Amino acid sequence: MSKTIKLKKGFDINLAGKPEKKISEVSLSETFAIKPTDFPGMERPKMLVKEGDTVKAGSPLYFVRGIEDVKYCSPVSGEIAEIKRGEKRKILEIKILADKEIAFEQFKSYSASDINGLSREDAVEQMKSSGVWQNLIQRPFGIVANPEDKPKAIFISAFDTNPLAPELAYQLGDKAEFFQTGLDILKKLTDGTVHLNIDGQAEVAQVFAQANGVEINKVTGAHPAGNVGVQIHHIEPINKGDIVWTVTPYGVAQIGQLFAQGKYDASKLVAVTGSEVSTPGYVKTYIGAQIKSLTEATGNLRFISGNPLTGVNVGKDGYLGFYHNQITVIPEGDYEEFLGWLKPSTSKLSFHKALGLLSFLNKNKEFKIDTNTHGEERPFVVTGAFEKVLPMDILPTYLFKAILAEDYDEMEALGIFEVIEEDVALCEFIDPSKNDLQEILRDGIELIKNS
Amino acid sequence: MKALQKLFDSVKPNFEKGGKWEKFYTLYEGHRTIVFAPDILTKNKGTQIKDAVDLKRVMITVVIAMIPALLFGIWNVGHQHFISVGEEATFLDKIITGLIPVIPILIVSYGVGLLTEFIFCVIRNHPISEGFLVTGMLIALVLPPTIPLWQVALATIFAVVIGKEAFGGTGMNVLNVALTARAFLYFAYPGQISGDSVWVYLGGKEAVDGFSGATVLSYGPTAIANGTNMMAEVGAHWYDGMFTWMNMFIGAIPGSIGETSVLMCLIGAAILIGTGVGSWKIIFSVFGGAYAMGLLFNVIGGNPYLEFPAHYHLVAGGLAFGAVFMATDPVSAAQTEVGKWIYGFLIGVLTVLIRVVNPAYPEGIMLAILFMNVFAPLIDYYVVDANKKRRLKRATV
Repeated sequence: MSKTIKLKKGFDINLAGKPEKKISEVSLSETFAIKPTDFPGMERPKMLVKEGDTVKAGSPLYFVRGIEDVKYCSPVSGEIAEIKRGEKRKILEIKILADKEIAFEQFKSYSASDINGLSREDAVEQMKSSGVWQNLIQRPFGIVANPEDKPKAIFISAFDTNPLAPELAYQLGDKAEFFQTGLDILKKLTDGTVHLNIDGQAEVAQVFAQANGVEINKVTGAHPAGNVGVQIHHIEPINKGDIVWTVTPYGVAQIGQLFAQGKYDASKLVAVTGSEVSTPGYVKTYIGAQIKSLTEATGNLRFISGNPLTGVNVGKDGYLGFYHNQITVIPEGDYEEFLGWLKPSTSKLSFHKALGLLSFLNKNKEFKIDTNTHGEERPFVVTGAFEKVLPMDILPTYLFKAILAEDYDEMEALGIFEVIEEDVALCEFIDPSKNDLQEILRDGIELIKNS
Repeated sequence: MKALQKLFDSVKPNFEKGGKWEKFYTLYEGHRTIVFAPDILTKNKGTQIKDAVDLKRVMITVVIAMIPALLFGIWNVGHQHFISVGEEATFLDKIITGLIPVIPILIVSYGVGLLTEFIFCVIRNHPISEGFLVTGMLIALVLPPTIPLWQVALATIFAVVIGKEAFGGTGMNVLNVALTARAFLYFAYPGQISGDSVWVYLGGKEAVDGFSGATVLSYGPTAIANGTNMMAEVGAHWYDGMFTWMNMFIGAIPGSIGETSVLMCLIGAAILIGTGVGSWKIIFSVFGGAYAMGLLFNVIGGNPYLEFPAHYHLVAGGLAFGAVFMATDPVSAAQTEVGKWIYGFLIGVLTVLIRVVNPAYPEGIMLAILFMNVFAPLIDYYVVDANKKRRLKRATV
């Protein structure tokens, strides 16, 4: 039974530099990188390759202790150029010098009728060894799913409400044709329902409207309505002991393509966004591309892999994160502003309306925003603000305080199983006390996970 | 601007590690961030962009909201002075006369308070917090114009040290800091902050015959004691029309500096609510609670004070000021949205209860807010508990 969910809370951050639906030609990145740090809680890799080895797209690079048969695979073919280590020899990046023509590792391909008869075990086996398994994210905790588990449901959010986010149907590109095959595979993984949650306010793309065998739910509202965690909370909330999985539409299509064509195709349309990009749009590349291959912007800028709320500052020489389908380029904010805390302004974006913050007068304006924090860190003082941007029956301030106090029972009781970083990112943005709420939440999740 | 930045840069080495004033780094930083919004960048992980709001802006919004009450208070101190000594005076005379007692009180409360804060910040190596911007103004506005300045200083120190820093500083206090100052004076030096003679600034002059500087709330206990008609006595004030409902609403009556005018408090409330800085739920429910309790007492009746009309309770004493500026202090108030309704309503109820039933404390709002400050965590506890129970209940369905 599909549901319609109307969310009243939230806030759309309207920024300049939204991607236009146009694919620009760029020359392929010379190197690509897989970063173990992109997979929370899966940061102790055991290498299967060494520098100088040659790999194909889909060749295993490493696995993680504990879930050994899930392989982390190369997105492209080429030569392992460098295994970059940080403090305590922690592996940060596995860089691959890419071939001009990508060669693929061959996996088994199935016709449409074969897929119907395919068993869960065989499907899981193929996914684990080919690099697509990582598309399945487990809730609670927001970590790569464990193949031993059987989730009670699988959730796919078909729209992204983050600032400057790509349109997910368009971003599928030529992978759209494999979306249904992907759904057919996902249905084998759970005895429960596969939920496809679409934007109730926009026209629904064909690829989602025609989806078969899944429950299509409509969700309307401002950001974070597109966050899968918020959707789960209203459709089939996670209780203690429950496990559900989430996948992005891109992940679904990539899984479908694996079974339809027998290859791990890491090609991806990436939205190049932000006020400092001359022509924001889409480019075609592969997972792990170097940022400088995607944009020509230069200057005192921040290059973010992902969107401005949950992304990572990787720098121009850095690499696109595994799950990211967007880069954002905005100015750095390393300047002092005379009486900046007092001056009235219509050009500074704010959720609040405190003295002189007039951005609410012009809701349709696209704001140019930089990386200045606009203030120093302070204890929690203002109350009731987080609640206005988190459309869940959760009391964020109390949850954060429970985490800071390392009170496990309180964290559980207050709903830590239901949220991951992206769900509180908007709280972090609007926080007048400038606390690092996403980091606090991840610390809490790690505490609970390891308890 | 550049010159100012250079000036700060030139003294900065003295405050950095190894510099001769390194212990005072927090003072340097505190002053620099007031003049210049800092050049801090968002971290590599986490939100890459931040809202333009910060705590300084939130606090200054509250200060601005209090300005109407302050300006009116200055005029009213002058106004009360001239009618009490029986002289005609122009608007400007009243303002100037009002400034004489008010400005020193403001200077002392801000000066002493900030100094105490600075000392604590240096000792504890905390950043200087902007909370005192509001507290300093609040303390001045809730004191009578005749208060001795040394008492202002003592109360401010007490409030900052015992009321706030002892609990860990800004954001950690249990009680409203400004009310802690007032309560301290109320119990330590009642002679200068209660009774009938402290609310009007006479400035050494003789008052007119028949003069009484009593506030309307002190008529209640008197009427009960003498068995007289309270409203008739209120109506027969020596200065014609002093305690009409409208005059009390406007605020041209004796009282603490900033709290007499309900109108100005409502303008402040409009600023706080419009900017989203103050909780409309708390403001609204304090008035609601007071009115409901007033009505209940009217129905019960039996003595003149119980029959004091409910709508008069709303304009008497400091109820409006407390509701708008004190009860809404986010740190000491209830922090859950449901809790805010309960918290505000009970403040209103308790205020009227204390006023009417306990004649020893004519001004109920101060004690009502402090009392509910203490109970706010308990209210929140039950609201949070209900949230947890909803989550547990879901699991068994």
